[in-house]
Amino acid sequence: MISKQEVEHIAKLARLELTENEIEKMQKDLSAILDYFDLLKKAPKPETAQILLEQKTCSGGLRKDEVERSDIASGIIEASPDKKDGYIKVKTIL
Amino acid sequence: MQDLTELTIKQAHEGLKNKDFTSVDLTKAYLEKIKKSDLNAYLSITEDLALEEARKADEKIKTGEFSILCGIPCAIKDAIMVEGQKCTAASKILENYVAPYDATVVKKLKEAGAVILGKGNTDEFTMGGSGENSAFGATKNPHDKTRVAGGSSSGPGAAVAANEACYALGSDTGGSIRMPSSNCGIVGLKPTYGAVSRYGLIAHASSLDQIGPMAKNVEDCKIIFEAICGKDSKDATSVDYKFEESDINLKGLKIGVPKEYFALRHGSGQVKGLDPEVEKIVKDAIKKAKEAGAEIKEISLPNAEFALACYYIIVPCEASANLARFDGIRYGLSEQDGNLLDVYLKSRGKGLGPEVKRRILIGTYALSSGYYDAYYKKAQEVRQLIKQDFAKAFEKVDLIFCPVSPVPAIKIGEKTDDPLANYLMDIYTISVNLAGLPALSLPAGKVGGLPVGLQIIGNHFQENKILSIASQMES
Repeated sequence: MISKQEVEHIAKLARLELTENEIEKMQKDLSAILDYFDLLKKAPKPETAQILLEQKTCSGGLRKDEVERSDIASGIIEASPDKKDGYIKVKTIL
Repeated sequence: MQDLTELTIKQAHEGLKNKDFTSVDLTKAYLEKIKKSDLNAYLSITEDLALEEARKADEKIKTGEFSILCGIPCAIKDAIMVEGQKCTAASKILENYVAPYDATVVKKLKEAGAVILGKGNTDEFTMGGSGENSAFGATKNPHDKTRVAGGSSSGPGAAVAANEACYALGSDTGGSIRMPSSNCGIVGLKPTYGAVSRYGLIAHASSLDQIGPMAKNVEDCKIIFEAICGKDSKDATSVDYKFEESDINLKGLKIGVPKEYFALRHGSGQVKGLDPEVEKIVKDAIKKAKEAGAEIKEISLPNAEFALACYYIIVPCEASANLARFDGIRYGLSEQDGNLLDVYLKSRGKGLGPEVKRRILIGTYALSSGYYDAYYKKAQEVRQLIKQDFAKAFEKVDLIFCPVSPVPAIKIGEKTDDPLANYLMDIYTISVNLAGLPALSLPAGKVGGLPVGLQIIGNHFQENKILSIASQMES
């Protein structure tokens, strides 16, 4: 069983605030799910060493490095919760 | 008078052409039905937009020159953006988010003259197979309102089945088009990875997500797919692909039946197994294909048993990265108390639902230092094996027939407390996404009034073969 401290640590890494009840439930759920993943230990190693990280069907072609005007910038900023003068406002970091 | 909402795309198009009714008539008929409905298939109704588009379509229809989708009302899954309309992905964190632009598929449909009735319910961020993970309540199955519509494209599935839309767009990361199509008794196509642009789809797991059509019959599915497929400069994974219809006959066609998919009855590990009645329906469909001249071959997908574990590592890993953007700064819900870290923690803690949190945590865990090799890297290796299994199978057969779901639609609330039991329902659909293949759910029969879908899987970019055979199986 995954410990309470482990759940809290992962939640912090994931920037998720969890209630005590949620932590307890996640301990149980994550343990069951991670146990199920043990099944993969039985899986054979692939013949080729190379791991395919992308779908084979990807076109993979890169676009030309050309600047295009986009008309959606203001709409995207508009959708953010806190903004000023065409910028998204963020709390001070330092 | 004829119920306009019962018409297929083709029939509605004929009616518009013959001036039997207008697009506004058609749209109003659907809107009326949606407003009276208690299925919870729609998260929002885009009435003003719909009527405006319908009026525009009617103008175009008057000229006599109009495409087949012109003036036909549809539903769009609420994970796909429609400019100026709310796009919530059924999450509290995006409850009031308004889409700043159209998804490419929506743009294409609008250009074809489509009428958008509203945004379809879904599991939150498309994470689920039953529709119950929606923060705004589960969609009810039109065939039995105590049961789920299947997920994650639950709203689109129920809307099409209940004549609350002529057709719909869904998205499929591990079965999210096929499962609700099977549960609701409609036709749903998950296209090949890369066949349709995902620009404007809220990302779940980017190496698997795909948008596709959900419709009343195979012909409609084909019409929609043709309208939305193709290369898009805004989605680098989309490929230059043009759908070409082909007439492929069942006679002489080689159909593969994976033996591993029918060996689940007695339960391998925690898999509850294939319902005998679902098995019978699928086997009857295979028999029907055989009688029409197809050659049925037993095939093996030796790594099938690992697919679910592989999928439920890769998907949360990708999702944990994709959902990092919902931080209380850029979109939607923002809890402003405290410092910047508090904004992240509280906005996400409050705005995201249990299944989304669960997947973010699994993904974060599997990608964290010390666990990466055992989980993520191992899952990527297994993914390669699964792809090879299919590649080998398609050397011997044209298409693969199998179930979509091991059981018909479950009761609402039946499995909500047990996430793993929910994941296990996806056993037949996830491999297709891992391998990037196209697959369709075709209504094949009913168990106690509940529809059961046959899954037809094809090789990459062989949607033409799938659709052609599905159409022959349909009658």
